Amino acid sequence: MADCGEPDGPGNKDDITRSKNEGKELSKEEKQRLRKQKKQQKKQKERKNEKSETEKEKTPVSLLPPPRPVATQKAPSALPAPASAPIPVPASAPFHSSPAPSPADKPAKSKAELKAERRARQETDRAAKQPGSSSSGIKTKVPLSELNPVVKRLPEHVQVDDPAVVKRLAKKLERQQIPLRSDYGYKVSLFSHLHQYSRKAPLTQQLSIPSTVIHPSIVRLGLQYSQGIVAGSNARSVALLHAFKQVIRDYTTPPNEELSRDLVNKLKPYISFLNQCRPLSASMGNAIKYIKKEISNIPSQCKEEEAKTKLLTCIDRYIEEKIVLAAKAISKYAIEKISDGDVILVYGCSSLVNNILCEAFEKSRKFRVIVVDSRPRLEGREALRRLVQRGISCTYVLISALSYILPEVSKVFLGAHALLANGYVMSRVGTSQIALVARTFNVPVLVCCETYKFCEKVQTDSFVSNELDDPDDLMVTRKGKTQLENWQDVSSLGLLNLVYDVTPPDFVDLVITDLGMIPCTSVPVVLRVKNLDQ
Amino acid sequence: MELQAVLMAAGGGSRMMDLTYNTPKPLLPVGNKPLIWYPLNLLERVGFEEVIVITTKEVQKMISTDPKVKLDVKMKLDLVCIQEDADMGTADALRHIQQKVKTDVLVVSCDLITDAALHEVVDLFRAHNATLSMLMSKAHEFTETVPGQKGKKKTGEQRDFVGVDDTGKRLLFMANEADLDEGVVIRKSIMRKHPRMHIKTGLVDAHLYCLKKSVVDFLADNKSISSIRGELVPYLVRKQFSKSTNSPKVIDETHQNLKKNDSNVNLEIQISSRDEELLHLTQERSCWNDHRGDMSDAYHGGRLRCYVHIMDEGICYRVNTLAAYIEANRLAPKLFDEPAVHPSAVVSERCLIGADSIIGASCQISDKTSIKRSTIGVSTTVREKVKVTNSIIMHGVTIEEGCNIQGSVICSNAVIGRGADIKYCLVGSAQRIEPDGEHTTMSKACSA
Repeated sequence: MADCGEPDGPGNKDDITRSKNEGKELSKEEKQRLRKQKKQQKKQKERKNEKSETEKEKTPVSLLPPPRPVATQKAPSALPAPASAPIPVPASAPFHSSPAPSPADKPAKSKAELKAERRARQETDRAAKQPGSSSSGIKTKVPLSELNPVVKRLPEHVQVDDPAVVKRLAKKLERQQIPLRSDYGYKVSLFSHLHQYSRKAPLTQQLSIPSTVIHPSIVRLGLQYSQGIVAGSNARSVALLHAFKQVIRDYTTPPNEELSRDLVNKLKPYISFLNQCRPLSASMGNAIKYIKKEISNIPSQCKEEEAKTKLLTCIDRYIEEKIVLAAKAISKYAIEKISDGDVILVYGCSSLVNNILCEAFEKSRKFRVIVVDSRPRLEGREALRRLVQRGISCTYVLISALSYILPEVSKVFLGAHALLANGYVMSRVGTSQIALVARTFNVPVLVCCETYKFCEKVQTDSFVSNELDDPDDLMVTRKGKTQLENWQDVSSLGLLNLVYDVTPPDFVDLVITDLGMIPCTSVPVVLRVKNLDQ
Repeated sequence: MELQAVLMAAGGGSRMMDLTYNTPKPLLPVGNKPLIWYPLNLLERVGFEEVIVITTKEVQKMISTDPKVKLDVKMKLDLVCIQEDADMGTADALRHIQQKVKTDVLVVSCDLITDAALHEVVDLFRAHNATLSMLMSKAHEFTETVPGQKGKKKTGEQRDFVGVDDTGKRLLFMANEADLDEGVVIRKSIMRKHPRMHIKTGLVDAHLYCLKKSVVDFLADNKSISSIRGELVPYLVRKQFSKSTNSPKVIDETHQNLKKNDSNVNLEIQISSRDEELLHLTQERSCWNDHRGDMSDAYHGGRLRCYVHIMDEGICYRVNTLAAYIEANRLAPKLFDEPAVHPSAVVSERCLIGADSIIGASCQISDKTSIKRSTIGVSTTVREKVKVTNSIIMHGVTIEEGCNIQGSVICSNAVIGRGADIKYCLVGSAQRIEPDGEHTTMSKACSA
């Protein structure tokens, strides 16, 4: 590995092949360094292209060893060699220019020799491996040079079946003085890489009662998350920001510390705690990123009181813009899509969709709503209550009756938990079913989602990253008898309570956001524009 | 800081005067530890670092010299003294320390012996943003015969009627039999909001309350409430359903009727917090409701909520009667795992000590004694051929040879003469029982 770190830049192709062969072992820092070197090489190549010919005589000397062993090989492999040969030249040029030429000459030459030998070895290996893929060797050279040999590390929360990852998580929590929540019950094998907690074992059992490590409002928030009192993407984000406001109000900068750095460090254990209580949603993640950015951007000469009021107003403004006003904007667009006589199908309880329907009703649109519900959460009952309270006429069915009721439906409005970068919609489990059946019946499916829920994750299935809820929720007691009471004793039985699923963009006709009505595939564009803004 | 603990140790023990006329109730030995050690231990185990202890001067003096309290309890005790003869109720005591109360309080009584999981009570308080959260337990029958009482006396105490909702957590109704004239009266508004109510009578109130700071401030303004259990809790439970707490326009009303409904309005204002609109927004967007079947929002839009955690199993005793005291002595060893026989006790080999007996420090147990199911206090001397069964012997007692003590309570510094036969008696502090006396079922408290 040490040879990768040479400043006079190993040939990019060799490096890539080497790193591809030993790909996973290269650490992130080394890969970053490689990338930087390549960028440097390219820059220098452009700058000193003219100078390279008139450059010192040493360079032809250094050139000599490389082509010699290469030339002995087959012609196709010789092609890449001269192409790679100029690269070391400009790279070695700055190396030569900075120190004294003569002493630098000798190490450069020996290094070049070593490089040449290595390259020769690589060429022979590759030639032995792929005898006929000469053209592909050349073609792949270009994309390979653009390819960053990066192996994405999986997030920790989807590697629960890997004991090393679990141990690392436990160590991190111990360092932050947060108790580790233990998994509960038998997990279905397909989802054994996810956490599964029991509601009857709250995290507060292991905390001291006047909680000193974690701010009381965060403890309260974590309890409300784990018991489901605050549920729904928007509600969770608002509650999180509210709790952060309390934290910021009670915060005092310790001496010799800067608010911008210390407050961010203070928030880290709170976020781990909330993650343990219930995995963070995409909207919460974006809110946290925003807050952390705002805190880090506080100038160091800002007084504490001023900084705190600034942060509080930032939070208020974020909520106002991204949640409240966004909801108003989305309602405005969505109401255009609702015409008189419509039969609208909604699923579960999405605060945004309920908002839209109530506003449309106030603007005297004539429509009726069909609320589809599913076990075990039965959130549709709450949606039903809110709509009927306003005076909207509703029908209530369970999701098993979906294909029965769909011929009556003219539009489907769905809420989203997050919109992924490849256009997939992540929402409550059952949403993809509804979208699929609606597509079969040629009913338009409209997804309503604020832009702050757009996330850069990419997912094509509901297995890799999901959330497992308490399996005991699936137990139902009728007439005093609970059939599944001893489900843990039956070895071949596993209870699975999924929370989310992903809907492919082919099933979604339109996404209504506060930026307007966009097709599902424009989500990465919105993300890119947002990143540029920031 | 989230919660402040307040320990009420100023009570007189009016229901067991025989025991408490000499020793104040917080310092009665239970399992050879002062009674006050148990709630302090509970608070310490849970993680409290400081406790405000409200007590009398006498108790304060004794606590500061008591070795058990000083050594075992690592928390910082802030002792607040009140006058003994001021006849202060628990709510009066809270009002007295209002200046010290900076956050929500956890009020504990000194006579509570329990191994309850306190986080259950506090979680209800936190998660639902409750005004009051309390602990109750299923009452257990006391099986031991109480010395000094002829026959099994029916508990003359009035029953408590506790009404909870279907989940068993929300407190809907609380009244004592003494306050009810003819029958239990439940308002229609409660029935409309909670159609299913379970009324329980066999519950022991552990006298452990989590109260919001606004309640303490409210107490400061309303001097008429003097007892937490007797007056404040039923008042708060009733207030959950009163019309004024549910209407959103209360803030305007304050400017108009300052005198009228002063107390109600005060409590209402104090309940609302900063960022009320954010909390409201959260509740609006959250798809959760605590009940279903009617058209109202979560918590029926009420701002005042009272919750109770009812323990099914586990130890929970309030040592305020003699029977409870004896029962607690039986069960106290289960709460801590110190060795039954204190290492500094001098126990001769030829004595028979049962497995569930506790021998205190510096005791002297002589030969041929038999001690079964009993508690022997500190520095007690038991001479030969003594049979002690089912009894509680407090500190500094001398039992001469040949005595037979059964089912009795011998208070501190008493002397039992040679050959005395004592069955189901209560011997008061520093009393002398003549040698060869035979006493059954009597209470010898005063020296007359």
